[in-house]
Amino acid sequence: MAAIASDHGHGHGHDEALHHQFENMEQQNDSYIVGMWTFLVTEVMFFGALFLIYTLYRSMYQMDWYLAHEALNVQMGMVNTFVLLFSSFTVAMAVRYAQLQKKWGVLSMLAITQVCAGAFMVVKYFEYQEKFGHHLYPGPGFGSHPEYLHGATPNFAQLYFGLYFGMTGLHGLHVLVGMIVIGYLMAKWWRNSPMVTKDYIPTELVGLYWHFVDLVWIFLFPLMYLMPKP
Amino acid sequence: MSAIPADPNVTAVSATPRTETNYLNADWSIKSWLLTGDHKRIAILYLVSVSFFFFLGSIAAGLIRYELTAPAGFILESETYNKVFSAHGIIMVFLFLIVAIPAILGNFLLPLMIGARDMAFPRLNLLSWYLFMIGGACIMGGMINGGVDSGWTFYVPYSSMYANSNVTMVLTGIFIAGFSSITTGINFIVTTHKMRAPGMTWFRLPLMVWALYATGVVIILGTPVVAVTLLCIIFERVFHLPIFSAELGGDPVLFQHLFWFYSHPAVYIMILPAFGVQSELIANFARKRVFGYHLIAFSSLAIAGLGFLVWGHHMFISSESMYQGVVFSLISFLVAIPSAIKVFNWTATLYKGNIRLQTPMIYALGFIGLFTIGGLTGLFLGCLGTDVHLTNTYFIVAHFHYVMVGGAVTAFLGGLHYWWPKMTGRLYPESIAKWNAVLVFIGFNLTFFPQFIVGFMGMPRRYHYYYFAPEFQPYHIMSTLGSSVLALSFIIPGLYLTRSLSKGAKASANPWGAHGLEWETSSPPPTSNFDQIPVVLDEVYDFDPVTEHEQDKAAQALEVPSYLSNEAKSAESEKEKR
Repeated sequence: MAAIASDHGHGHGHDEALHHQFENMEQQNDSYIVGMWTFLVTEVMFFGALFLIYTLYRSMYQMDWYLAHEALNVQMGMVNTFVLLFSSFTVAMAVRYAQLQKKWGVLSMLAITQVCAGAFMVVKYFEYQEKFGHHLYPGPGFGSHPEYLHGATPNFAQLYFGLYFGMTGLHGLHVLVGMIVIGYLMAKWWRNSPMVTKDYIPTELVGLYWHFVDLVWIFLFPLMYLMPKP
Repeated sequence: MSAIPADPNVTAVSATPRTETNYLNADWSIKSWLLTGDHKRIAILYLVSVSFFFFLGSIAAGLIRYELTAPAGFILESETYNKVFSAHGIIMVFLFLIVAIPAILGNFLLPLMIGARDMAFPRLNLLSWYLFMIGGACIMGGMINGGVDSGWTFYVPYSSMYANSNVTMVLTGIFIAGFSSITTGINFIVTTHKMRAPGMTWFRLPLMVWALYATGVVIILGTPVVAVTLLCIIFERVFHLPIFSAELGGDPVLFQHLFWFYSHPAVYIMILPAFGVQSELIANFARKRVFGYHLIAFSSLAIAGLGFLVWGHHMFISSESMYQGVVFSLISFLVAIPSAIKVFNWTATLYKGNIRLQTPMIYALGFIGLFTIGGLTGLFLGCLGTDVHLTNTYFIVAHFHYVMVGGAVTAFLGGLHYWWPKMTGRLYPESIAKWNAVLVFIGFNLTFFPQFIVGFMGMPRRYHYYYFAPEFQPYHIMSTLGSSVLALSFIIPGLYLTRSLSKGAKASANPWGAHGLEWETSSPPPTSNFDQIPVVLDEVYDFDPVTEHEQDKAAQALEVPSYLSNEAKSAESEKEKR
């Protein structure tokens, strides 16, 4: 970054964290914020299409989906929900510490977030493993142990588990990406990079993304795990 | 402005390789191109790659036309024909039309027009080109390695269950190219919001910027939806996740809803930037402020908004309920209003303008006619009753080619000629370019007008023979003939534009005498666009009618347009030098 800034002598200040195309930090930060929110709009549309599919199929096959959803482990989903909610809190704290420019505060909060994200993935792994063990993964062997279907029509239950694996899988992928991004941010803080230490906005951007990932789960959990009896 | 003076001493200097640095000669290494963050260089990278994909898509088009010359077909088997028209559609839609004007002209012009040094996110911009190339490579890989035969629409269950071709690989390519589109859209939106020079208020923005902004909005709202929809097909084919499987109770029509939720607005991704180019050309060659500036700006946004509410008109015969059909038909009629506002305003701009019939203007005038035909025939198809007769015939093929080729490609060529001196610092040969613009118009109409007639008579689209109705043959022969003319008229600019890179006369900063910030920096612009960030004090398109009229009279008296005389002289002096 510093290299780019020195490549172009514009005489518009020599802030290390300022990219050459911007006039000042305020413009740069505003652009980052608008850019991140625009990106989150695309993410909302991305998951929005899947929620639309979910809504349509659930309204078509209410009873079968209710029966099929009983195969899910509500305790595990609940644990994951609280793990993610707590990680949202720690990310918010990390942003606060970034505003106060407290390096170790930021790093410790992000480290806890990473632990939470890792815990989420581990729980998810055991959940997936259980479903595979019960032959609840869609495909040729689906429902070969009908006792796990709880009486749901196999075809409609297959649609349910298709969406379950598709949506939670994509969400899990977002968690993984979040872990990589948070790791990158931590490395930047560790090395006192001016990109993150000069201003809290980059930390805030990562925080926004993480809150979005949490938010998707906040919708996924009740929709997938907590269906009322129709 | 910075036109080269006719003083012999100075001319001698200017004929030697130029010493000033600009974005093109700042660094010659390949690395400096492949790792550039400069929006102008990224635009050139896009220009080269998109031209290549356009060439491939055109070959597929040529094969389709050649095959249809005879009622029973004579070079392609049915299966190959399916792969060829799928290749034509996929390449032209995803690798040419969606990218051409936004990523080439838009990338190049947006920061210049608003007085910024670069896009808000230059590295994201470069990433977008790489994603585009990776996506393009996947698509081409799938096509070379056996092809794909599901058409560019990938309707399920054919694409998810029955197609044995490389659907997965091509869809992966489209998915990746979609993210290239999204990153470009985000860049447009943030740049327009946050990078405008001091004094560049929203209503001083050139209409091209308004159009690109509206395009950005459509991209970020639509593209993620089609991305996840196509991902669902990949899920179904690779991971057996049954999202649209009808045999399990899934809904294949839901796929069509989600697909057209993007793919209808996608035609606005293709045509909105073309509207922007068109507004620039009309204003600068009629030498007049665009009539109804605000209405054109808002109509771009209106199209972006209404465009998301009309997708159902692609599904009138796909088991959509009658009431849905009525509503979608009504809203489709509404979306014609902002388009008509634009056409009427451009026409009104011409009234009492000092029209200069140069190449870009010929394309622009052609655009008005062709787009009007394309738009009005769209109403036939948005109307429930007529659509039942016309859907899936060549009528619809002709309709969207009038909009996409007659509209978007014509505007792209016009814009490319108009900004060519700014992009390359060279002038293209005006007379041949003019004749070529006329040739595009003739070739285009000869290709696609007969398709309206043969489609109305009942020729179905996507059929590779019509031995059941040999009376269609004359129309198909006319169409094939026209496509040959059209192909020629695309090859000629490729040749003379390439030649002008080395042989063309050097362009001054503002060879057209046009108004706009991009003409106030040198041609080609320096890497940082402006030596100093401009402060905008003038209104946009601030042509003074009286001055324009006097200039026009003076130019007619001299028989050499005054704004060209410097260019002509410098070109002559260069010829003498050789």
